[in-house]
Amino acid sequence: MTQTTAMARTAAAARKRDKTHYNWPITILLIVGCVTIFFPLYMAVVIAFKQPSEMTNDIAGALALPTHWSLSNFAEAMRVTDFWHSLGNSFLITAVTVVLAIVLHGLAGYAIGRSMKSSKVYNFLYLYIVSGMFVPFAILMMPLVKQTAQMGIANRIGVIVLYTVFYMPLNLMLYKGYLTNIPLALEEAARVDGATTWKTYWSIVFPIMKPMHATVAVLTAMSTWNDVMTPLVIMSGTGVNTLPLAQLNFQTEFGTNYNLAFASYLLALIPILIFYLFCQKQILNGVVNGAVK
Amino acid sequence: MKGKSSKGAQERKLTFLIITIPVVALFFCFNTLPLIRGFIYSFTNFKGYGSYDWVGLRNYRDLIGDSRVGNSYLFTFKYALVGTILTNVISLVLALGLNSKIRAKSALRGIYFIPNVLGGLVIGYIFSFIFTYVLPTLAQRAGIESLSSSMLSSTGKAWIAIVIVGCWQAIAMNTIIYISGLQTVPEDVYEAGSLDGVTGWKKFRYLTFPLIIPFFSINMVLCMKNFLMVFDQIMALTKGGPSQSTESISYLIYNNGMSGGQFGFQSANAFVFFVVIVAISVFQMTVTNRKEEQL
Repeated sequence: MTQTTAMARTAAAARKRDKTHYNWPITILLIVGCVTIFFPLYMAVVIAFKQPSEMTNDIAGALALPTHWSLSNFAEAMRVTDFWHSLGNSFLITAVTVVLAIVLHGLAGYAIGRSMKSSKVYNFLYLYIVSGMFVPFAILMMPLVKQTAQMGIANRIGVIVLYTVFYMPLNLMLYKGYLTNIPLALEEAARVDGATTWKTYWSIVFPIMKPMHATVAVLTAMSTWNDVMTPLVIMSGTGVNTLPLAQLNFQTEFGTNYNLAFASYLLALIPILIFYLFCQKQILNGVVNGAVK
Repeated sequence: MKGKSSKGAQERKLTFLIITIPVVALFFCFNTLPLIRGFIYSFTNFKGYGSYDWVGLRNYRDLIGDSRVGNSYLFTFKYALVGTILTNVISLVLALGLNSKIRAKSALRGIYFIPNVLGGLVIGYIFSFIFTYVLPTLAQRAGIESLSSSMLSSTGKAWIAIVIVGCWQAIAMNTIIYISGLQTVPEDVYEAGSLDGVTGWKKFRYLTFPLIIPFFSINMVLCMKNFLMVFDQIMALTKGGPSQSTESISYLIYNNGMSGGQFGFQSANAFVFFVVIVAISVFQMTVTNRKEEQL
């Protein structure tokens, strides 16, 4: 009898501990704090669906829900900013840059990383490329505008080439760091079997580096997709826009029609939000890996 | 057997060489070469077009006396310093909250990271509307005189608006890094601490913080560097105004170098900026390395 009461008491205590398991004040504070994240986005959505006539001068004009939800602003914004072309350009530039980064930077990480132990030259080359991380775009910008124009690549190709170079320091560092933890035994076994280094890389090393490919892809894709400065200075005057660049170039056309402008901003934000929604885990991992490694 | 293995080693070396040469050449061509060319332009009076002459060190001498350049350095450093401190304090608090025993942990973490994935320019435009219309209207209602006109059109307050937008985005990134740092702190450290009766601020100051110093230094370096290079937010919010009070160094180089006919002069400015960035990064890293060694 005493035993059962004792048992019941421990069970009750355990249940009580489980209930107080969560720190509710902090949970509530954090949920309330989400307002700072959602407020600007909420405002953008509400304004994007309204008509200019609903934009009264008081606070309701900006923040109240629209009287009827209309997609007309989005259609108009797509027409004004040539949305599909800008979206296509952003996709093209990002996709090609990511593929090039994985192929070129992966290879470079392998070749340089595996040679650094035995060669001072490769050691120097590694430091040389990695130190490129400290070079701000502001100093390269003006000479690069001249250079890409002279080479005839003041266009999407030039932008892709530049991204491939700009993200090389970080990506090289990531690949090299990942490779130091991979033992040489597998590669040596392949070599004994008569495989060439090239073949060994693609059939053994490249698949092993898969987690790092994900990190590199996420970091490269996000920086490329959101970058304004590079396409702004390299492609200015060509009439070719990326998604963020279109927002900048069509500011004057939006004028004071904020409904149109916000519809356009939302259209520019939606692709990356969808990407984030589906790849949240990879993105968070990638960002942490990129910063901490 | 030996002959075969040395042949294999040679093949490996050759393959590595064939991979490395084009990659290094590409890097040299689009990173080092423009850096050198920028450095050479900084000794000329090149306007960006037409002919130019060598002017020796005149651009560098002029930089020192140029009030617009001086102001852009003042603004950029003020912005970077205030931004870095605010971002790190807020994201550390946020990370401690998001790492404690809360409901819906992963959803909340996911939400607080959203600002980081959004592009700085578009976010700048959205906030521009808030500063121009929403905030003044709210302030008028509440009777707060100092905020009843747009922050962005006041030379004294426009920089604060840019700090707010910069932090809004940077906090997301730093928080995630702090969370990953807090997860490396082993539970038994806290258990040992609680046996000694260490709680609250003391627990954070003497147990948690020393253990996440590496993450603190990563955040300081990354944050400072990103803030010093601020461009998108300026472009979207103020375009350097009002009366050049929010001209960042990057924006000034872009604006006057690309279309203001100061290609040579701004190249000198850019080169000084480069040296400053390197100096700050090296300084921060040596200081934090020394701190880590002491532990």
